[in-house]
Amino acid sequence: MTQAPGDIERLIELMARLPGLGPRSARRAVLMMLKKRGAVMAPLAQVMAEVAASARDCVRCGNITGADLCDICRDERRATGELCVVEDVADLWALERAGAFRGRYHVLGGVLSALDSVGPDDLRIPQLARRVRDEGIAEVILALNATVDGQTTAHYIADVLAPSGVQVTSLAQGVPIGGELDYLDDGTIGAALRARRRF
Amino acid sequence: MKGERVRGLAVASLGVSHFRSYRGVRMVFDGRPVAFVGPNGAGKTNILEAVSLLSPGRGLRRAGADEIARRPEVLGWKVSAAVRGLHSDHEVETWAECGGARQVRIDGKAATQVMLGRILRIVWLVPAMDRLWTEAAEGRRRFLDRVAMSFAPDHAEAVLDYEKAMRERNRLLKEGVGDAHWYAALEGRMAEAAALIVAHRAVAVSRLMRAQADAGGAFPRAELDVASDDPEDLRAAWAEGRRRDMAAGRTLVGPHRADLAAVYAGKGVPAGLCSTGEQKALLISMILANARALAEDLGAAPVLLLDEVAAHLDEGRREALYDEICTLGAQALMTGTGPELFSALGSRAQRFEVTEVGGLSQVCEMGP
Ligand SMILES: Nc1ncnc2c1ncn2[C@@H]1O[C@H](COP(=O)(O)OP(=O)(O)OP(=O)(O)O)[C@@H](O)[C@H]1O
Ligand SMILES: [Mg+2]
Ligand SMILES: [Zn+2]
Repeated sequence: MTQAPGDIERLIELMARLPGLGPRSARRAVLMMLKKRGAVMAPLAQVMAEVAASARDCVRCGNITGADLCDICRDERRATGELCVVEDVADLWALERAGAFRGRYHVLGGVLSALDSVGPDDLRIPQLARRVRDEGIAEVILALNATVDGQTTAHYIADVLAPSGVQVTSLAQGVPIGGELDYLDDGTIGAALRARRRF
Repeated sequence: MKGERVRGLAVASLGVSHFRSYRGVRMVFDGRPVAFVGPNGAGKTNILEAVSLLSPGRGLRRAGADEIARRPEVLGWKVSAAVRGLHSDHEVETWAECGGARQVRIDGKAATQVMLGRILRIVWLVPAMDRLWTEAAEGRRRFLDRVAMSFAPDHAEAVLDYEKAMRERNRLLKEGVGDAHWYAALEGRMAEAAALIVAHRAVAVSRLMRAQADAGGAFPRAELDVASDDPEDLRAAWAEGRRRDMAAGRTLVGPHRADLAAVYAGKGVPAGLCSTGEQKALLISMILANARALAEDLGAAPVLLLDEVAAHLDEGRREALYDEICTLGAQALMTGTGPELFSALGSRAQRFEVTEVGGLSQVCEMGP
């Protein structure tokens, strides 16, 4: 195969690392952008540069945002006293897409795993305990994976929060949750939330 | 012909490619027992191993995916089979690329190893198990877990969950982590899995005992007992034992330490003290009991892989074994160095000749 010039090869290589893209589809995408440099590539590059410069984690919940606090944390109507704990920003986005939850979130950024050297302090769990105290939280909803690590994390959090007296619930069992929330249809996500149980 | 034969689970056809001494062969089976005949080193056990990989785990040699790839090429390997499953027929493929993990596809769709256990049940007896009663407890535990898994495919998941949580706990112990919440969360996961494991193992032991009691007299009966901690107490034992476990650097109590004890019932002698032949007979008796109990549960006998079993039996016992297999309607895949070992089967079995030339094995069906 003829190699494209060095810079373009580098671009293809970087694109191929994106989820859902392989070397072939990355090459196709780059070729399309190159053909439409003015209409597609330049605006894309500009927006990417802007977002890369402004994007950061919400200091309170861990959502990805363009300011210190994300829209959800800034919106006073979302102060319902309910806090939904998710593993990843993708789960938060899936729940928002479904429009089934009106409270606020706490993104852990992973699950406990001694073997992968991920401990409670790497997961914003101390921050969670503080939020429960400071924000007048009445219910913490755990929406974590059904894996051993996910469930260990859920139990860890329930254990840590026990002295605070906050009600801890989890999504209905039998519904794939956590990392799989993203793949669920909105109706199923809503049903899992409504059928949540005491943990 | 006997009356209604149970429709056993079966491998209807088997293809192996770049698998140990095979470059590529395809065999068609009709559901009858199958005898593979050939000299030492011809490639008979390799075929049984390929079939064993149609169930979850590392197969009957417990080999790593890379060990199996045909040398010297080492290009990866593949086993594909049409199987008559519990509920319907399926196309199963399992393979590993060079350096990669084993993968599974069922009816063209990516699948997990655990899903294999829901299609076929495979029970095997191999010469390495001759040491079962004299070796360390680990081998007996593994054997017991395979039996438990044959009755409850979910057993595999419980064992994996338990081991995962225990490895996590062991890491905390080794690193001297003191977070009690973390231990409690892991011990909770371990306790949940342990309750399932202990229950599945108890079912396996009682099913084996009952199915042996129903058997005729050709094979001895084993009195079985599994020594393990009460799962109700484990959680407290782990919580109280953290300091001791930390000193040891690992978890000292739990179902991962259980042992299976067997007594030759007719004599009251522990299996470990029995003669070589008696130990073998006990094992065959347990394997047959496993198959019988499964046939009762499922309405279909499991696939049996019996490596070099015929050679160790006198003529009377050999005939009793074959009669039992045929009554069960089980597809038993067997190996032996000479055709005379299988003559008592008459037309009740298919026969394949296995040969090896220059490090390359071939299989050829023999006429009736
Ligand atoms: N990865 C591999 N690549 C190539 N050949 C292999 C590989 N692994 C094993 N073999 C060869 O396969 C051959 C056949 O092995 P197998 O155990 O199937 O023989 P067998 O017919 O069961 O013999 P026996 O009667 O002695 O048990 C052996 O000679 C062995 O060296
Ligand atoms: Mg062999
Ligand atoms: Zn926020």
